[in-house]
Amino acid sequence: MLSVKVMVTLKSGVLDPQGKTVRNALESLGFKGLADLRIGKIMDIKMDGVSPAEARLQVEEMCRKLLANPVIEDYRYEIQEA
Amino acid sequence: MRFGIVLFPGSNCEMDCQYVLKEVFSEEVDMLWHKEQRISGYDAIVLPGGFSYGDYLRTGAIARFSPIMKAVEEFADAGGLVLGICNGFQILCEAGLLPGALMRNWSLHFICKYIYIRVENERTAFTNACSPGQALHVPINHNEGCYYADQETLRDLNERGQVLFRYCGPGGEVSEGYNPNGSTENIAGIMNRAGNVMGMMPHPERACEMLLGSEDGRRIFSSVIRRWKGKD
Repeated sequence: MLSVKVMVTLKSGVLDPQGKTVRNALESLGFKGLADLRIGKIMDIKMDGVSPAEARLQVEEMCRKLLANPVIEDYRYEIQEA
Repeated sequence: MRFGIVLFPGSNCEMDCQYVLKEVFSEEVDMLWHKEQRISGYDAIVLPGGFSYGDYLRTGAIARFSPIMKAVEEFADAGGLVLGICNGFQILCEAGLLPGALMRNWSLHFICKYIYIRVENERTAFTNACSPGQALHVPINHNEGCYYADQETLRDLNERGQVLFRYCGPGGEVSEGYNPNGSTENIAGIMNRAGNVMGMMPHPERACEMLLGSEDGRRIFSSVIRRWKGKD
């Protein structure tokens, strides 16, 4: 079994009003030194019956086709034996 | 003229579009379930508003892979007229039929209200019944209406006259104060380079009778019909 973690984040330069609001909330709670805060998505995927190399190819295609929108988002992923 | 309205799971403005095209404009209209693999005999396809697939992952991200979307792409490639309203606009962007993306409103609030949009190019299949710079009074109803495109795309859109509408004031004044959702350059609607596919966040179908507060939305459908009849 492979454990895949896909992380999708907004490209730098794309405004993230949610991140800004959360950062303001943290600051109002007294947390200091917050230079930036951006919100992304994590997708946990379990894959079975595929080799890590094959999984990598598939996950790459999943990201390009559906999981991330290349206009506004970047993605990265980690694949580990579960 | 024969319109096809695509019904995705979660669409909710298809009846409004059907009513307007059938009852206000006396045109032929069929509903097309998203599982259809072929569409033929239509002069224009409408992707209506709503929350297709619950807006899961990103608005329009799943709907763009509905079986019918391949047929819509072929229809568009062949020069057919395609109108994406609200969620339909989001789906067309996800499908790559229109450039850019629609993101969360910068206020993080769902917005439902009447606004004004200025017609930026009245020589198109979707705006030829409008006068230059006309301010149309139409409603918006969305959570993800903040249009985003990179600088290069924006330059192309502007240079090629692909920006159809910008959010504005009652007199057509475009300024940040009249930008309801944070859209880049107040963009409310665009078309593709070929000029046959358009997307807009406001709902023209909800502004076609004075009972609903405005008839300005009629101009959009009138334009499409005029273009099809070769009268514009």
